[in-house]
Amino acid sequence: METLISLVPPLLRGARVTAELALVSTGVGAVMAFASGIGKLSGFWPVRILSVVYIEVFRGTSLLVQMFWLYYALPLLGVSLGATLAGILALGLNIGAYGAEVVRGAILAVPTGQYEASVALNFTKRYRLWNVVLPQALVEMMPPFGNLVVQNLKDTALVSLITLSDLTFRAQNLRNLTLDSVPIYSLTLVMYFVMALVLMAAMRMLERAIADRVGVTAARSRS
Amino acid sequence: MMYGIHWNLSSDWAFAASIIPILLRGLIVTVEATVLGFLIALALGLVFALLRMIPLRVINWPVAFIVEFLRDTPLLVQLYFLYFVLPNYGLVLPAFLTGAIALGLQYSAYTSEVYRAGLEAVPRGQWEASLALNMPALLVYRDVVVPQAIPRIIPALGNYLVSIIKDTPILSAVTVVEMLNLATIIGDRTFRYLVPLSEVGLLFLILTLISSWLVRVVERRLPNDGIPLR
Repeated sequence: METLISLVPPLLRGARVTAELALVSTGVGAVMAFASGIGKLSGFWPVRILSVVYIEVFRGTSLLVQMFWLYYALPLLGVSLGATLAGILALGLNIGAYGAEVVRGAILAVPTGQYEASVALNFTKRYRLWNVVLPQALVEMMPPFGNLVVQNLKDTALVSLITLSDLTFRAQNLRNLTLDSVPIYSLTLVMYFVMALVLMAAMRMLERAIADRVGVTAARSRS
Repeated sequence: MMYGIHWNLSSDWAFAASIIPILLRGLIVTVEATVLGFLIALALGLVFALLRMIPLRVINWPVAFIVEFLRDTPLLVQLYFLYFVLPNYGLVLPAFLTGAIALGLQYSAYTSEVYRAGLEAVPRGQWEASLALNMPALLVYRDVVVPQAIPRIIPALGNYLVSIIKDTPILSAVTVVEMLNLATIIGDRTFRYLVPLSEVGLLFLILTLISSWLVRVVERRLPNDGIPLR
């Protein structure tokens, strides 16, 4: 029990790094998801091709390969990012590519009557996208986004392999020092689990807040 | 030199070509880990799904908790847990086997949800009709429910197979020598990371494009009205 308590402070310091990485990379991912998800539906073909290439490359290759590429290979092309930036970018770009498919799917799921009504009312394209289509689509996006956010939290563990001192990295260090594998890894797993539960609860609240504002509720399904 | 294969450092293209045979060795390990991990996930996920259907809270609540826990914690940490904790209890497994088990455990949480969702997606009327026909439970599952659930389940399982492929590089963290690990070893020895890492990325892209295309082909060929088990 005493060893268990002595393990908490160093692991919590790592958990803080993990939480920060998860939040920042989720932000990057959200921006990329909307940009490329909307871009894939663009009528302007260069934007469409750029979006498709981005989505396919980041969904088609492994996250760890992307991270290693940004951290080890990119400096050889003259761009040195440092571990933190490489980690955040890899996580954000990766989850953003998955999010893009969610954004695209949700936009396509908005009933065509909404588009027709916007045309009939002579709304501009921009007004139609931002004020008619996206608010309704956003409600549909929230449940799958919830899954992706947890996925991203779990993925942050990989940054320990490019030397960032997140929760997993601290756990590895502690094990190398003390060899107390069982309490260290059990506690680490529990900390990740608690963070995931908190994230899920937060996403539910956000989902409800958005649904209230838009006045539409999402069809719930988990996978 | 690795596996008796020399690399050619005269130019980037020559280097890229000369290390392909080495990386292909890693590709075989990647595929082996994927297949073994997937088989474990299929079997264990089925066990979880069946246990959760037992109408006894003492059984289905703990199982639901385990599934949720496996799903919401990182594969890498689960892998470390197995790799460093199991030997404490006298179970010393090779790194490759530990890695495949970790993949199987993590994905069993996903596959169990796939099975459950697949069974629940069979229309209620089918269950009710079977009940009305006074069919025994075993026959209901074998002849009515499962055959109709299979076409819904297989594409979802296929997508997770593709995900497992992309998660195998994580096994390099416990010394499994798969593609990514080979690429970094080559990089360490030649101080050239760009070519091997880019090549591994490309090989993964090819691998996942082919396998997701195969999943789509299978999906299109599945009959919508079910696959008879007899």
